[in-house]
Amino acid sequence: MGNIKETFLNPIFKGNPISVLVLGICSSLAVTVQLKGAIVMGLSVMIVTGLSSFVCSLLRNTIPNRIRIIVQLVVVALMVILVDQVLKAYAYSVSKTLSVYIGLIITNCIVMGRIEAYALGNKPFASLMDGLGNGLGYAMILVIVAFFRELLGSGTLFGFQVIPQAVYEFGYMNNGLMILPPMALILLGCIIWVQRSIQKDLQEK
Amino acid sequence: MADYISLFVKSIFIDNMIFAYFLGMCSYLAVSKNVKTANGLGIAVIAVLLITLPVNWLLNEYVLKAGALAWLSPKFADLDLSFLSFIIFIAVIAAITQIVEMVVEKSLPNLYSQLGIFLPLIAVNCAILGGSLFMQERDFVNIGEPIVYALGSGIGWWLAIVALAAIREKMAYSHVPAGLKGLGITFITVGLMGIAFMTFMGIQL
Repeated sequence: MGNIKETFLNPIFKGNPISVLVLGICSSLAVTVQLKGAIVMGLSVMIVTGLSSFVCSLLRNTIPNRIRIIVQLVVVALMVILVDQVLKAYAYSVSKTLSVYIGLIITNCIVMGRIEAYALGNKPFASLMDGLGNGLGYAMILVIVAFFRELLGSGTLFGFQVIPQAVYEFGYMNNGLMILPPMALILLGCIIWVQRSIQKDLQEK
Repeated sequence: MADYISLFVKSIFIDNMIFAYFLGMCSYLAVSKNVKTANGLGIAVIAVLLITLPVNWLLNEYVLKAGALAWLSPKFADLDLSFLSFIIFIAVIAAITQIVEMVVEKSLPNLYSQLGIFLPLIAVNCAILGGSLFMQERDFVNIGEPIVYALGSGIGWWLAIVALAAIREKMAYSHVPAGLKGLGITFITVGLMGIAFMTFMGIQL
C-alpha cells in the first residue's frame, strides 16, 4: 500500500513530469492565460493519463510489441474523444477557449511517456495511480503559471477582480506582457529555477 | 496567388508553431543540443507535415465534415462524423510516418542514417497533429491552402529549432546560475526568442 502512495505522490514534486522530466509542455502552455482554462486542462490531462495508463496496463500482455505505439495512440485518442465530448456537452465556453489544445492531449508526451515507462510493466491499479499522479503534477505547474499570468496580466483570478480599483488609481497598470505566449515559458524557467535551488540533486552539470 | 503568399509568410513568422502555439515543444527542447541533429529533425518535420496535412484535409472534406458523405449517397447528407477526427488524424499520422520511414530507408539510406531515430518520434510530435487540427478549424477551401500552410509551418518549426540549437551551442561557454543550468535557461531563451518573434505580429498581410 505504501508503495502505491509513493507512486502517486512522487510525480507531484520530486519527479514532476514538466519541471523535472520535461514531458508534455507541448500543448498546454497556451492555455495558461487564465486560471479557469488551466484547471480544466489539468483535470482533462489527469483523467486521460490515468485512464489510458489503466487500459494499456490491462492490455499489456496482449499487445504485440511491434505495433504497440499504434495501439497506445488509439487508446489515448479514445480517452481524449470522451473528454472532449463531455466538455462540449457540459462546459461549452471553456471547450471553445481551449480549442485544439484538448485534441493535442493525444500527443502530449506525458501520456505516452507514462504508458511506455510504467503502465506496460505494472499492474492496472498501480498504473492508474501513476497516471493520476503525473496528471496532478502537470496540473499543478499549469495552475502556478496561470495564477501568476492572470494575476499580473489582467489583475483577476477566475475572472474576478482581485487587485482593488484604488491601486489602479495610484498608477498601477496590468502587465500586458504576461498575457503574451512567451511569458509562460519564462515563468516556467523561473519555476524550474526555484525548484532546483531547493532540490540541489536535480541540477544539471 | 497573393493569398497563398500571405498564408505562407504568416504561418512561418506570425503563427509560428513554437513561439505562438507551443506546438512540438518536447522534441524541440530535447533535440536542440546541436545544430546538425536539429536540422535533420526540422527537415523531417517539414516532410511529414507536407504529406499528412493534405491527406487529412481530404479526409476531413470528404468523410468527416458535417454532410461530407453526401457524395456517397444522399442518405448520408446530415451525418456529422467530426467527433471521430482525433482518432482518424492520429491514425493517418502514425501510418504515414511509418510509410515515410520505410520509403526513406529503402530509397535514401544516406538520409535515413541521419534521420533514423527521429522519424518514428515524429508521430507523437504535437506540431503535426496540431497542424491538422488548426487546418480543420480554419476551414481551408481547396487543397492548395493546406499544402502551403504545411510548408510554411514546417519551415517555421525548422527555423525555430535550428536557431535555438545554435544559441545553445554558444551558451555552453557561458556562466549560468547552477539552478538554471540546462533546462531552466533553455526555457528562458525560448521565451526571449518568442518575444523577438512577436515583433512580426503587427504586420498586416
